[in-house]
Amino acid sequence: MKPAVPDVPVESAARVEPAFSQRRPYTRPMGAWWRRDPFFMVYMWREVTAVGVAAYAVLLLAGLLCLMQGEAAWHAWVGWLRTPLSLLLHGVLLVAMGYHTLSWFDIMPKTMPMLFVGGKRVSGALITRLGLAAAVAASLVLCAIVLGVTR
Amino acid sequence: MKRSNAPILWGLFGAGGMLSALLGAMLVFITGFALPLGWLLPPGAIGYDTMLRFVQHPLAKLFILAVIALFAWHAAHRIFHSLHDVHIRTGLLARLACYGSAAVMTLLSAWALLVLGF
Repeated sequence: MKPAVPDVPVESAARVEPAFSQRRPYTRPMGAWWRRDPFFMVYMWREVTAVGVAAYAVLLLAGLLCLMQGEAAWHAWVGWLRTPLSLLLHGVLLVAMGYHTLSWFDIMPKTMPMLFVGGKRVSGALITRLGLAAAVAASLVLCAIVLGVTR
Repeated sequence: MKRSNAPILWGLFGAGGMLSALLGAMLVFITGFALPLGWLLPPGAIGYDTMLRFVQHPLAKLFILAVIALFAWHAAHRIFHSLHDVHIRTGLLARLACYGSAAVMTLLSAWALLVLGF
């Protein structure tokens, strides 16, 4: 007996379906797919930090351009930096950068080549911890330099 | 054979990602709070003359250029590769918008740092 359904893959069958067909094949909705799984949410938040990094680069560039234009423009820029809007924005950026640091070193064991010390593979958790320690150390050095320079 | 530009873009992404992971939060704290509000730092630290003198130092110029340019290229690469995830087509236009703005920001900051003098 002949099978009732032609023996072709579902996708190619859908493609030859005429436009006026009454058949409505199920297409999985893909809007906001990242909400389906906590793992996807972590991924999306990690990618979103790039917007914060970009915004900070734009802010620094804006300040630099104001400095270039002279004293009045610079004072206007500093005045804006003291507004609640700027402080709120920088608060959000601080959270984004902090999360970027955590997530960057969280995935570092997966993004870097395998590391061996004394013939044994260095564990992912250790790489993450070393990265975070390096971030703390680098931030403290930067802080010390700024304190030293502005003295 | 046409060479791929992927390693260069990936390298800039990695360098910017590492720099911002190491220093980003502290930089935001310093330039967004400590300097404008005078926390821990003398109130004159954000004055025009002090800033001008700081920016005229070659090492400061190098650091500022590295931060602005690498942050921009890191973000451009990451945002470009996330466009597909939010159902935006990644054609030439998206490529130009992402990497083009990073290039413009790099050139603008380099130009400003040169104009500000040594």
